Amino acid sequence: MLIKKPADIPPSDITSKDLYLNRRKFLAGAAIAGTAAATGIGLRELAFPSSLVEANAKIDGIQKSSFNTTEKITPLKDVSNYNNYYEFSTDKYGPAGLAKDFKTRPWTVKIDGLVKKKQELDVETIIKMAAPEERIYRHRCVEGWSIVVPWVGFSLSELIKKADPLGQAKFVEFTTIYDPRQMPGQKLPVLDWPYVEGLRMDEAMHPLCLLCFGMYGEVLPNQDGAPLRIVVPWKYGFKSAKAIVKISFAEKQPVNTWNKAAPNEYGFYSNVNPTVDHPRWSQAKERRLGEFFKRPTLMFNGYDQVASLYNGMDLRKNF
Amino acid sequence: MKPIRFFKPVIFLACLAPLAALAWKAYSGNLGANPIEVITHATGDWTIRFLLITLSVTPLRKLTRQPWLIRFRRMFGLFAFFYGVLHFLTYIWLDKFFNFHEMLTDIAKRRFITVGFTGFLLLIPLALTSTAGWIRRLGGKRWQMLHRLIYFSAIAGVIHYLWLVKADIRKPLQYAAILALLLGYRIFVWLQSRFKSKKPSPLSRPTIEVSEG
Repeated sequence: MLIKKPADIPPSDITSKDLYLNRRKFLAGAAIAGTAAATGIGLRELAFPSSLVEANAKIDGIQKSSFNTTEKITPLKDVSNYNNYYEFSTDKYGPAGLAKDFKTRPWTVKIDGLVKKKQELDVETIIKMAAPEERIYRHRCVEGWSIVVPWVGFSLSELIKKADPLGQAKFVEFTTIYDPRQMPGQKLPVLDWPYVEGLRMDEAMHPLCLLCFGMYGEVLPNQDGAPLRIVVPWKYGFKSAKAIVKISFAEKQPVNTWNKAAPNEYGFYSNVNPTVDHPRWSQAKERRLGEFFKRPTLMFNGYDQVASLYNGMDLRKNF
Repeated sequence: MKPIRFFKPVIFLACLAPLAALAWKAYSGNLGANPIEVITHATGDWTIRFLLITLSVTPLRKLTRQPWLIRFRRMFGLFAFFYGVLHFLTYIWLDKFFNFHEMLTDIAKRRFITVGFTGFLLLIPLALTSTAGWIRRLGGKRWQMLHRLIYFSAIAGVIHYLWLVKADIRKPLQYAAILALLLGYRIFVWLQSRFKSKKPSPLSRPTIEVSEG
């Protein structure tokens, strides 16, 4: 009887390192897919296990915050499907689908500019710098709509203190990732990529200014700025930069992207202000998503505690 | 012509499809997070589209030598007006809640609303005089002159769109390009006819101008 000697493993059968490493991801995905199926999550979501690994994970140990509004929270479905995120699409209903496979790990944030020590921090290190808090904030878009969102994060000041900026640092600049392969909107010259935003140091240090990595008790969805964004609730939404890869300290006021695009329409400060109209539309009222009638817009979006930051400033000029 | 009698109701229903789609989405709760914005954009979009469709009837008819196409032009024009009315109603009802003071401030202060409102106003006399009776009463030449207002209405509509978008001007530019083509055709025809009437060449066929734009 002829016994066939087993051949050496053909090279094609050897698992590549990539595939091997992905095996964990696949297993994690499969595990989540299993629970998802058990808990009744739709098939469409199951088709994207890679994004499920990060998304919808609960954040542990979230603490209550004293900054919360008691207004009705906007449904997650609206906040995660109606996004101004031009890196993915200029259509507000686009980012939810287009950001599904956006990679938020590994992720590092460069601490740059006028600091004692320039460094590159892993996002996991940043997230662990302070205890996560739930901050239920009003969020007002420059276009005239608003939402109420339970963000998760901690005051940006915690990070700034650890970054240890030099005395002459007067401004903080935030840069969003530039990756046109993952962000199809960046292939178009709609804005001058990468997206840059900035705050004055005292604004950035204000306890309301949030370094955010979650919402609704879960990890931030990709279309809402994962893995790390800021939330500045007294300013128009575009001031709250998403998917941040660089935080830089500077002496000079940064030029933010929308200001560069239309200087007469979008200022550096962009505080919510019902008395200063956008040149093309009134800012006196807003439509809260889910409500039929418009409601009056509040000065500083109702966050009067920041008013002292602007004492003696002409907010008509510094719009 | 028989096919026209058959096609007219079919095309009429097709012209209502955008409204039906909107109504269906509203009924099934699929208008998204900001339904009023969706309604505003959809009705505005279809106003411009129907203006462009109306303006393409004459070039299409002449280039393809299908004179019967003219019999759909009025319907398309009236649908442009119909969607324009819906767009305007959305604005004064759902956006301004009949606050006429706010509305007038808007029209005076916001140039994109000024130009959009102008475009809408220009359509009103055209809709009113769209009947055969009015063509008779005004006389073909005068009626035709009046209805050339649609050129300005369409230009106003496209500028309205161009001036309201924040940064992504791709779609309004597409509309602008189509409109430029359609108006360019008319300028070309006009220049050609002027040239011909100055130096009539023995080879050129006499052009019989029917009253249409």
